[in-house]
Amino acid sequence: MTIEFELNGKAVTYSGDPDTPLLWALRDDFGLKGTKYGCGVAQCGACTVHVDGMNRRACVAPVSSMEGRSVTSIEGLTGAVAEAVQGAWVALNVPQCGYCQSGQIMSAIGLLGLIEDPSDADIDAAMAGNICRCVTYGRIRSAILQAAQKVKA
Amino acid sequence: MRPWINRRVITTTAFVLAGAFAYINLDYSIAYSLGGKMVDRHEERLRGPEAFSDIPDNAERSEALFREMGKVIESPRCMNCHPKADSPTQREGRPHTPPVTRGVGGMGAEGLQCSTCHGEENVTFTNGEGSIPGHPAWHLAPATMAWQGSSLKGICEQLRDPERNGDRSLDELVEHNSEDTLVGWAWTPGVGREPAPGTQELFGALTRAWVDSGAVCPGTAG
Ligand code: FES
Ligand code: FES
Repeated sequence: MTIEFELNGKAVTYSGDPDTPLLWALRDDFGLKGTKYGCGVAQCGACTVHVDGMNRRACVAPVSSMEGRSVTSIEGLTGAVAEAVQGAWVALNVPQCGYCQSGQIMSAIGLLGLIEDPSDADIDAAMAGNICRCVTYGRIRSAILQAAQKVKA
Repeated sequence: MRPWINRRVITTTAFVLAGAFAYINLDYSIAYSLGGKMVDRHEERLRGPEAFSDIPDNAERSEALFREMGKVIESPRCMNCHPKADSPTQREGRPHTPPVTRGVGGMGAEGLQCSTCHGEENVTFTNGEGSIPGHPAWHLAPATMAWQGSSLKGICEQLRDPERNGDRSLDELVEHNSEDTLVGWAWTPGVGREPAPGTQELFGALTRAWVDSGAVCPGTAG
């Protein structure tokens, strides 16, 4: 059985075990190491990618469920929101060790794609599944707010 | 330190984020240590409508049928997603992790929808020691259909009230309990989760018999 989907804008085929989590396929088969493995049980958010534009934890998404879908990993981000988020992350020096940050950025962009101008409560609710061991939560919030302002301007 | 804590913590320390994620694994281990109790509960069988046919009084039989249905309704597989609060519970009624919120239509907050983690099917974790539940319509029951913290009588009255049962007639309720596949998930909940007692077919038959006997709620007969 082969699974066909779009990955970062290109058509790809996966012919391994269909139960393989998307995270494994991304890292081991497609060589995209930007998406991180933290817990493997949907508890930390480190593996967040976008599937058809929506946040998705790649560690619990079998690659078979990607058939016909469009997957974006951190390597494939494009567009004004992604640029604004990247800029804000750099400007505010958000990461510390950096391990969680790929997932944080993906979740933040997923949020901004749905709510252009999020409130603190919106940010709390959307980011509640992304854990940061280094406790950069304050800077993450500031960067999301800054990116939202930039996109609006 | 108990061996299961040791095992989990040792595995976890292999990851770069050891500190941040150790508590998660500890949390899971505790759930498994509770597993022994869950098995006992599963042995409690669901009886079919015929088991109540010797109760001559119609209203009393109806009540007894609903109490039997209550074994399913009050199982964690059903109760967890009928919260009064803004967040579901999970496993045996513990807080949901991550701390998700109801959002619009019970589908979760924008950016952290139920579908961020829950797919169309249950997915067993790669370590084989548990699973994340899934269904195409995975979502929270609306607040009007909240059951947590209510007595069985209260839930029964709610189920008969179209304003608090999703605008269903009693016949539609029978159909819902018998055929809805999200209800049916309760009997195929995935690795590491105790199913609701009995079968959906039996639950549907009990609901039918309860409705046919007047849909009497516990504590109201006679
Ligand atoms: S690795 Fe997927 S949520 Fe932690
Ligand atoms: S920056 Fe270190 S885990 Fe978030």
